Amino acid sequence: MSANLTLILTASFLIGCGVYLILERSLSRVLVGLLMMGNGVNLLFMVSAGPAGKPPIIGSAPTDDMTDPLPQALVLTAVVIALGTTAFLLAMAHRSWQLNGNDDVQDDVEDAAIRRLAATDDVSDSHELAHEATAEDLATDEVYEEEGAEQ
Amino acid sequence: MNLTDLVPLPVVLPLLGAGATLMLSRRPRAQRLVTIAILTSVVAIAAILMVEADRHGPQVVWVGGWASPLGIALVADRLSALMLLVSAVVTLLVLLYSLGQGMTGDSHEAPLSIYHPTFLVLVAGVSNAFLAGDLFNLFVSFEMLLFASYVLLTLGGTGARIRAGTIYVVVNILSSSLFLISLAAVYSATGSLNFAQLSERMGDLPDGTALMLQLLLLTTFAIKAAVFPLSFWLPDSYPTAPAPVTAVFAGLLTKVGVYAIMRVQVLLFPDSPLGNLLLWAALLTMVVGILGAIAQSDIKRMLSFTLVSHIGYMILGIGLATSTGYSGAIFYVAHHITIQTALFLVVGLIERRTGSTGLIRMGGLAKLSPLLAVLFFVPAMNLAGIPPMSGFIGKVGLLQAGIDDGSPLAWLLVAGAVVTSLLTLYAIAKTWSLAFWRTPEQAHEMMRALPALEDDLDDDHHRHGMVIHGQHVHVHGTAFGTRELAEARRVIDEDAPDRDLHQRLQDGSLPSRLPLSMVLPTAGLIAFSLLLTLVAGPLYGYTDRAASDLLERTPYISAVLGEEP
Repeated sequence: MSANLTLILTASFLIGCGVYLILERSLSRVLVGLLMMGNGVNLLFMVSAGPAGKPPIIGSAPTDDMTDPLPQALVLTAVVIALGTTAFLLAMAHRSWQLNGNDDVQDDVEDAAIRRLAATDDVSDSHELAHEATAEDLATDEVYEEEGAEQ
Repeated sequence: MNLTDLVPLPVVLPLLGAGATLMLSRRPRAQRLVTIAILTSVVAIAAILMVEADRHGPQVVWVGGWASPLGIALVADRLSALMLLVSAVVTLLVLLYSLGQGMTGDSHEAPLSIYHPTFLVLVAGVSNAFLAGDLFNLFVSFEMLLFASYVLLTLGGTGARIRAGTIYVVVNILSSSLFLISLAAVYSATGSLNFAQLSERMGDLPDGTALMLQLLLLTTFAIKAAVFPLSFWLPDSYPTAPAPVTAVFAGLLTKVGVYAIMRVQVLLFPDSPLGNLLLWAALLTMVVGILGAIAQSDIKRMLSFTLVSHIGYMILGIGLATSTGYSGAIFYVAHHITIQTALFLVVGLIERRTGSTGLIRMGGLAKLSPLLAVLFFVPAMNLAGIPPMSGFIGKVGLLQAGIDDGSPLAWLLVAGAVVTSLLTLYAIAKTWSLAFWRTPEQAHEMMRALPALEDDLDDDHHRHGMVIHGQHVHVHGTAFGTRELAEARRVIDEDAPDRDLHQRLQDGSLPSRLPLSMVLPTAGLIAFSLLLTLVAGPLYGYTDRAASDLLERTPYISAVLGEEP
């Protein structure tokens, strides 16, 4: 099977940019990243359809000249799903902004608490670690208080 | 009527029901009736399908009447039918429980009308995943159940749920993108997405290509199934949801991932070079998961970590890729769906009774509510694998498979599985001794003896069985951090409206008894798990047959492609 290099390069560029954006903290950037990545993935399906051909409508062209219709059907489904996902993520980003004033993806609070426990367990050996942990403590505790107020 | 026509119903009925309940959103009573009726009929259909699949082999329906191999196939073989039945029973009981709870436990903020439709879409997605006969249909069913789960997880939109939901949604969208990439790759390599056709064409591919496809698919499903090191999202996101939602997620969603791994490994990559990789992943999942569980000071989080840990057992069975291994894994999936759901339902009851799932505030539950103690004790012991319950039988089956295999790695996994089982018992015993075995007075005294935050304690202090360090307190090997201590102090404060159990006992201001409508479904689910123990013999016979079907592959392939065996 011959593959279309332009499509592959565009897809990898989109996916690469998407991955970069997903690593950001802000949910709206993550969302843009996910969208770029989704578009890149959809292009990959175009690659898997093989070389371009006539529209796959019965009677319009000989069957051998038609392009493979199945990947297009799959991409259509994927696009619809991506639409729903985008709407939901936007709603979540908005809600997060309503609650916290930003839409940053937050740390696992309980996990931070356990890390803190481990850090404070042995104060003499790891004084610096414990010291850092207390600064972090204050930050996470604040987050927690906000959440508590919300509930 | 041909019984094969029943195959699409577990998907179609809940979807129709979702539409109906959405239209009935102003009439909660009618909504409930519709949902219960539909879930009950799904249970019945699943039972019929299981008998049919066992007697006459895989039942195949080509949706819309498109001829093989162009259409979308739904296949109910022995494995699918068993998964379908167990998941149907579990979802029905969880729904009854959530009705008793007043939907979601915080009905004043959760929009009531969307709970039923979303729950039904979730059920449809899970059923579709078990029945899907091709990879793309599997993808669509994953999206169906994930979308429903996004909504259920963020129900009410409180701060904690949005925080947990964000991570859950992003992780799952990422894994869905990965799934799409693997679909595109599989399609370009083979020109098909149908499991049966793929199983015939996969063998012709160059080894490298097949390996890449396998790795892509395995990574995708390992995220869904929460296999270490792709499991970190789970204990973070599950505990914040309402109790019945957490219960059904914990029971079903990860198992759909396990099922997908099983299906793909057997049908597509029978001579997989990645068996050892799966075994290592299983070992790490078991051990890391259970160590996480021991460190937790909250029952819900402890259970979420045991969930991750016990996924390892199923991966162990799949990694061994022998008939006994698969049989044990299938049995274990059925057992674990029921038991993990039951435990989360019980935790919902505990939360209802005491207003918290933090261990530091609890004490004397056994005295306060013996019924609750029994309801917790039985599934907890089952989870830890105490004979003669189904957890024990499933583990013995898997250990047997490991010993039969006999390679050093398999022996290492047998050891890891035994250690994990013991550590599960330890984590449960810790919870038990703090939440149930202490008297309320002891819990009260302990909280009173807590040092104030400002106190600077240099050395270890021992008071009332606690070891107090500067910032945290150890009780019976459980460490409690600043936040929980602060909460405990707030409870103990005479002026605060919160009262701990001891004070409530003194005041006589205990809440009324647990609502029967919540206790009965929980008890029903526990009874179902004990029933699995009771019928373990026949059930193991069934899973043995399912496993040999899986390994043989021809029953599935010939049923789907319509060739006579």
